[in-house]
Amino acid sequence: MSTATTRGATATRGAPEGLPRLLAGYQPEGSMGLDDHLALYGRPPWRGSTRRGGPLIASLEAAGLRGKGGASFPTARKMRTVAAHRNRAVVVANGSEGEPLSSKDRLLLTSLPHLILDGAALAAEAVGADEVIVGVDRGAHRALGNVTRAIAARNAVRLDPVMVRLVTLPARYVAGEETALVNLVNGGLAKPTFTPPRPFERGVGRRPTLIQNIETLAHIALIARFGADWFRELGTEDEPGSTLLTVSGAVHHSSVCEVAIGTPVADAVDAAGGTTQDISAFLFGGYFGSWLSADAAWNLPLTNAALKSAGSALGTGVVYAFPAGHCGLIAAAQVARYMAGETAGQCGPCVYGLAAIAEALGNLADGRNARAMPARLHQLFDEVRGRGACQFPDGVIRFVDTTLKVFDDEVRHHVARGRCLLTPPPPMPVPTSDGGWQ
Amino acid sequence: MKHQRLRVNMIECEAHGVCAELFPEWVQLDEWGYPILRDEVIPNHLLAHARRAVQNCPKLALVLNKE
Repeated sequence: MSTATTRGATATRGAPEGLPRLLAGYQPEGSMGLDDHLALYGRPPWRGSTRRGGPLIASLEAAGLRGKGGASFPTARKMRTVAAHRNRAVVVANGSEGEPLSSKDRLLLTSLPHLILDGAALAAEAVGADEVIVGVDRGAHRALGNVTRAIAARNAVRLDPVMVRLVTLPARYVAGEETALVNLVNGGLAKPTFTPPRPFERGVGRRPTLIQNIETLAHIALIARFGADWFRELGTEDEPGSTLLTVSGAVHHSSVCEVAIGTPVADAVDAAGGTTQDISAFLFGGYFGSWLSADAAWNLPLTNAALKSAGSALGTGVVYAFPAGHCGLIAAAQVARYMAGETAGQCGPCVYGLAAIAEALGNLADGRNARAMPARLHQLFDEVRGRGACQFPDGVIRFVDTTLKVFDDEVRHHVARGRCLLTPPPPMPVPTSDGGWQ
Repeated sequence: MKHQRLRVNMIECEAHGVCAELFPEWVQLDEWGYPILRDEVIPNHLLAHARRAVQNCPKLALVLNKE
């Protein structure tokens, strides 16, 4: 950090060139305090709001920022919709990171809480909200402590023009789904609700509610300071900027790294120390995402467009490298069983359908009546797809469907002989929940 | 003319199956007894059937959406 910076000025430092951007102030063991944060970035550039939303929204639109929570929805469009409502809005910083293969949001909350709080307060100002609610996973102890201290430090100097409060979230996969998050903040369970109304129409306290992912808010904090043109210096024309990835599996250093959007998969793997052995497949987007064969994936640029045309998606930025020589069906069956257990238990097709899918994939993996299982699975996909109140069952179907496609050699062997010649894989992480929804 | 589409609130639905009894032209049941609805605009001559299914759902889980 430069010693020439003056604490408290509006632009104490020039825009960061190249990478890292979000992680410029990241230190593995530390959490950046308010003084250091202000020395590095200056105060948030408050710009006010109008009936149709503040000038920040135009900057985000010009920047082409899309949400980093998985759906890649244009951030500015979401903010305009909330700002256009007559009632006073609320902003929710969505720190629910139920995806076991993702840890980027927890890292940001733990290490750079002021960047998140800047982004949330700036977004609140732009949509005319008077309250920010920061949701953090109950099990993320360091993040909870650091965010609590960060909020107190900001309140002590009256930094934010809005009220900011913390809400703890149960560690469930679907707790971060927008309607589930709203339901919890409103005093209910962290389970999805029937739509409409959507949260942007009627959410927290029946008010229009802007829900943004943690990484998205960090990008907002930087775009507000350095502008859309700066943001577009990295990334591609259609998908500008940088993005955080959580890279794990058969790599030397499972880690969160920041890359320019469009970076080839191979470079992202190198950023995690390279592979520990040959890779047969990659899982993108986590347990809600899609497998691609390593051959198809190695040289792909990490953009939503490229991954989509290959049959996958960037989602929350999860990249998992699956080791060659191991049976993908066994690994996927464990994940499918975990995911079936993460149903909120509300919709029949999700409760019974996901259990049936997990059982059928387990049968295929274990060689129990394996011959009948591929057809049974495809029947279940068609029967269950699109029939939940939320997208959870569809995500699980996508995961299992691409499992069958990418590990098709294993499928053939299991169908023919009940097993393949590959060894059981190292288990993919499946956390155990305390069972609570509050 | 009003275009109407049938939707089910799957959170409320408890698989009583009344909808499939009253409106088989539009509602099938899956292997667990939950309704699978045709995702199309309901033709005028079937609207009375649709309304009857909506009114008789024990969980009031069926809705007719106007477009």
